Amino acid sequence: MNLHLKVWRQKNKNSQGRFVNYEAKDISTDTSFLEMLDVVNEDLIKKDEDPIAFDHDCREGICGSCGMYINGRAHGPQKGGATCQLHMRSFKDGDTIVIEPWRAKAFPVIKDLVVDRSAFDRIMAAGGFISVNTGGAPDANALPISKEEQESAMDAAACIGCGACVAACKNASAMLFVSAKVAHLARLPQGKPEREKRVMAMVAQMEEEGFGACTNTEACSAECPKEIPMDVIAQLRREYFRAFVKSEEKV
Amino acid sequence: MVNEVKSRPTGKLDSKVPAGKLEEKWTNHKFKLKLVNPANKRKYSIIVIGTGLAGASAAASLAELGYQVKAFCFQDSARRAHSIAAQGGINAAKNYQNDGDSVYRLFYDTIKGGDYRAREANVYRLAELSMNIIDQCVAQGVPFAREYGGLLDNRSFGGAQVSRTFYARGQTGQQLLLGAYSALMRQVGLKTVEMFPRHEMLDVVIVEGRARGIITRNMITGEIEPHIGDALLLCTGGYSNAYFLSTNAKGSNVTAIWRAYKKGAFFANPCFTQIHPTCIPVTGHYQSKLTLMSESLRNDGRVWVSKIPADKRKPDQIPEEERDYFLERKYPSFGNLVPRDVASRNAKEQVDTGKGVGERMNAVYLDFADAIKRLGIQDIKEKYGNLFDMYKRITDEDPYKVPMRIYPAVHYTMGGLWVDYNLMTTIPGLYALGECNFSDHGANRLGASALMQGLADGYFVIPYTIGGYLADLKRDKVDENHPAFKEAAGNVKESVKKLLSIKGKKTVDELHRELGQVMWDNVGMGRNEKDLKEAISRIKEIREDFWKNVKVLGENEELNQSLEKAGRVADFLELGELIAKDALHRKESCGGHFREEYQTEENEAKRDDENFAYVAAWEFKGDNAEPELHKEELVFENVQLTQRSYK
Repeated sequence: MNLHLKVWRQKNKNSQGRFVNYEAKDISTDTSFLEMLDVVNEDLIKKDEDPIAFDHDCREGICGSCGMYINGRAHGPQKGGATCQLHMRSFKDGDTIVIEPWRAKAFPVIKDLVVDRSAFDRIMAAGGFISVNTGGAPDANALPISKEEQESAMDAAACIGCGACVAACKNASAMLFVSAKVAHLARLPQGKPEREKRVMAMVAQMEEEGFGACTNTEACSAECPKEIPMDVIAQLRREYFRAFVKSEEKV
Repeated sequence: MVNEVKSRPTGKLDSKVPAGKLEEKWTNHKFKLKLVNPANKRKYSIIVIGTGLAGASAAASLAELGYQVKAFCFQDSARRAHSIAAQGGINAAKNYQNDGDSVYRLFYDTIKGGDYRAREANVYRLAELSMNIIDQCVAQGVPFAREYGGLLDNRSFGGAQVSRTFYARGQTGQQLLLGAYSALMRQVGLKTVEMFPRHEMLDVVIVEGRARGIITRNMITGEIEPHIGDALLLCTGGYSNAYFLSTNAKGSNVTAIWRAYKKGAFFANPCFTQIHPTCIPVTGHYQSKLTLMSESLRNDGRVWVSKIPADKRKPDQIPEEERDYFLERKYPSFGNLVPRDVASRNAKEQVDTGKGVGERMNAVYLDFADAIKRLGIQDIKEKYGNLFDMYKRITDEDPYKVPMRIYPAVHYTMGGLWVDYNLMTTIPGLYALGECNFSDHGANRLGASALMQGLADGYFVIPYTIGGYLADLKRDKVDENHPAFKEAAGNVKESVKKLLSIKGKKTVDELHRELGQVMWDNVGMGRNEKDLKEAISRIKEIREDFWKNVKVLGENEELNQSLEKAGRVADFLELGELIAKDALHRKESCGGHFREEYQTEENEAKRDDENFAYVAAWEFKGDNAEPELHKEELVFENVQLTQRSYK
């Protein structure tokens, strides 16, 4: 198949970006989207043109490195998969494909389709953990956890931190990412002792990073490659409210 | 049960395995190791390269103890290290299933699975620590699968007859890594770890015989920077990408350990590479990587081909009696759960005799029809749902309805930097943890053991052993103006400049693919003297071509992904030759190293314990000189070396 690409090119974070047109020729439908870009890049290099920069690593949908806005959708047209899991059979011969980086104030563009997502790491450093040091943990079976609790924690823990939720949100809110971690840990008994502290710290850092507010439009969950459900956001709100009330009580 | 193999002098290699009974070695060793006073720990700085299971767990644990840690990764976040992609599970000798498991059995299975080419004491320690790992991970909030009563669930993996694998759906690596990553980020928040993402280590700096720092390239600005430390931990994973197509992440590379090798760290058993049996076969020339389907699938999937070569019928049109369930037929007691090397070779044999399935006849079937009939579709969905989805996404075929097509692919490398019992390489102060060392898996790693080793090294071994080194360290002040740092940084800048100046005709990927093809054809699942010799000369040619003909555009002072790749491929082009040389010198078959000249009548790997029960550790002698082979004899005091049998 042959495709027309419109790709966002931007030399570095300080320069102005623009769309550049490329033709992708003789692409097999079994090719993955990133492999299609590999083919385009090989051609560009042969023609002495700078290849398109994009983040990618595992290419099996779990590391969360890749992420592109494809035809106006985070990770493209398929449901429940990262860009690297998108295959060209999702497109038709002759299609025009518009490829952009994540667009969010908190994710500045580094080059072309590569953005800086270090804000996520800082939110995690603020509170996305259980404070246990190595060693001294009790036997793993000492604390039974119901299958339901574990399954629902796992649903939230499946987040790959790619940032699609932020990109998909009209307010560039990081609510789904933060809620997924808050919910994962709050749903397990191990995570309960510091649940108030955790949610307060993570939300504070999220606000400091310049992410927008959540208005429950649910685009984040709809576009999430791991289909993290909206109930995690409801849980974050409850956790936050609970922590807030508790902190008031202390005063 | 002392084996016949007698210890011979080991030259420069001292494994530092403690004396005493196997069960007591680690406990006694821990007691004998010197400690660093808690108040003094913050005076030491430790550099950690890589933030996978080994790196993240080590960095977090050392920072918790009070050391100053600097952690580096080439990805944009520590959470993306390739440990994240491990699907199936992690072994631990908890014996929660009451099915006869024990530390000794896990030790025994691992030594046997590795075809008796691993160090007994290390493997025993690994089995011992496996239990602490599960406890630690649960405490961190890793959501391992549970049974209805609330206790932890297990499944079985290849090479074992007990059920000891803990798992979190098909995302065990992800959940374990996120646990270690969250521990690491907690320390970053506490300012005990300074984190450097998008930094690539390009050299080790040795001062007066000790590892004292590194040179990195900031991948956004191109800045070449020195970093100083009292000890240096390499936790940089495996080198499967020497084969171009592998199940590793695209960024996984050998550069850090290769540069350490060129600075004097010995490289052990480079030819011990693992070809994983259950991967999705190649579909075309554009293929950039291969995707693994977890080995856990072999619990319920049955492997088969048609008895008739080049059978063009669809799988559902092939009647039961015309199918060959070749693993069940040849290995009745382990069946589909034979170890990886055995399963891979058998799949290759079927394809080589023209019985391959699929349009390209390059695969065998992995069929779930019986399991679905027996357990119901819901049960299968719960166990393997995400793997089935992943398969369907890639192949456009529904494994609930048609059998999966699978074929082996390069997946893991058992070889790596030689380390002693303390995980220290032959360079004082330089440690190697996780997949990038050679120590625990011998010639073949059992499923669900990689996660175990990475975390054992990082959480529970290095926090003890590093103290023993630091406590004795005569501390002399070194700064970045030291000639050794100046020289290393100068060399790195020079080689970057060189790569950018060649301006040839071939892209980095083209040259990498050429190398990969030679590696797969000549140094792959079946190896022989002629092919290996040919590989050595072909790799030399490709390497020469690379340095004359590679085309790297752009400049250093920017995000330049071609430049990053070029540096890594340059190292793979040197490593490839060492892999082939090691494979050529090892005139026996063992585990994943199958020399066609050395096989039993039943086509199984035929070891030569008399002559090859040793670790081959290679010493770099210069770019144009032959590497020197050092041998660490393996002494087996507890297990009897036998022909592995899974029949």
